Amino acid sequence: MRKSIALLPGLIGTAFGGHAIAADMNVKLEIPRLTVAEYHRPYVAAWIERADQSIATNLALWYDVNKKGAEPGTKWLQDLRQWWRKGGRDLQVPLDGVSGATRPVGEHALSIGDKLAKLPAGEYAVAVEAAREGGGREVVRVPFSWPPKKADTAKAQGQHELGTVSVELKP
Amino acid sequence: MTRTLTLLAAVLLAATQAAHAHSPWLLPSSTVLASPQFVTVDAGASTKPFIADHRAMPIDQLAIVAPDGSKVQPANLTKGELRSTFDVKLEQKGTYRMEVLRSGVRANWKVDGQPKRWMGTAEAFAKEVPADAADLQVSESASRLETFVTVGAPSALKPSGKGLELVPVTHPNDLVEGENATFQFLVDGKPAEGVEIELIRGQTRYRNQLDEQKLTTGKDGKITVKWAQAGMYWLGAELKDNKVTVKAAKERNLSYTATLEVLPQ
Repeated sequence: MRKSIALLPGLIGTAFGGHAIAADMNVKLEIPRLTVAEYHRPYVAAWIERADQSIATNLALWYDVNKKGAEPGTKWLQDLRQWWRKGGRDLQVPLDGVSGATRPVGEHALSIGDKLAKLPAGEYAVAVEAAREGGGREVVRVPFSWPPKKADTAKAQGQHELGTVSVELKP
Repeated sequence: MTRTLTLLAAVLLAATQAAHAHSPWLLPSSTVLASPQFVTVDAGASTKPFIADHRAMPIDQLAIVAPDGSKVQPANLTKGELRSTFDVKLEQKGTYRMEVLRSGVRANWKVDGQPKRWMGTAEAFAKEVPADAADLQVSESASRLETFVTVGAPSALKPSGKGLELVPVTHPNDLVEGENATFQFLVDGKPAEGVEIELIRGQTRYRNQLDEQKLTTGKDGKITVKWAQAGMYWLGAELKDNKVTVKAAKERNLSYTATLEVLPQ
């Protein structure tokens, strides 16, 4: 039984025969260590952006998901300004497979899962936005073509609230 | 169970620390005026200065000192959800000081291993906190929050000689973009060396970085600021020392906060 399940994705891939399913992407983002008197973990949104800068799919939304009361964690979601305007404001959070708690300083791999399975071929960017309480806000974009023609890693470097954002593509 | 409580204590502690991020501010509608008139002032506490998104500041300790040293009563004092507000009728020529002075004692101790926290006045401390409490840790705090408004020409501002305070070398209602301003900081009337000063220009919502300036007072307690841009500035200073008035206290936390308006050339 276990063996047949393991085989299943392979079978589907073969059946449909397209790149879209076989191609894969890994996204890593870095939350930099900052020397500030009072550090709060940033809110972070990551999404796949179309050429017209609209959101194709959300990859991650990290905020104080469990903070309730008079000032719940959702109170500051609009500080992720671009994400909020491009579509965050139309969503009901939490989003399954996207929302999560804020993350500590360091490199984090985003879980892509099957989020790109239906992504039409075209030019896109991985966009990552971070906003920090008592701090600043920054958006970093890494452009890519989908589906990828060859294995490649593209990177962009944040200056303030984000470190390196890297996108690894596998045809 | 014990673990849950320990966690709870940690959460509470974290919440307390986070609360410190919400700095108090006064926001006057004008600071430089030619003729006697009303000004209106907002007072709040929030992560970013002058953005009323957290809570109103209690202003029962508010004092308004006229140029001749007399006290003026605020008009239309209201405490809203996100900011308090009051109007001040300015009738004299010279500089008005609007100040909120607060002082208190904080105590942490343990009863049967469980942490207890207390905050209140020095008088209440003696009555309410058991002197023989286990692991008793006591600290004092004194803060001054103020802003200035001038009708006509600026007039001299006298230091109180108590706690941490700013003494103008450059008058706080004579600040202009592109010029330097010098302020002296005193602790109990004496120059305070090594005080860390933070300056944040308001309107932070309209830029992506806080762009705060950090300065440290020299031997004479002075700092010199060059105003790169006009705007309403929040100035915050903090200092710890051991000049306590409550015997049980080991440490005194002093803070000073001012709102300064810098006008364009």
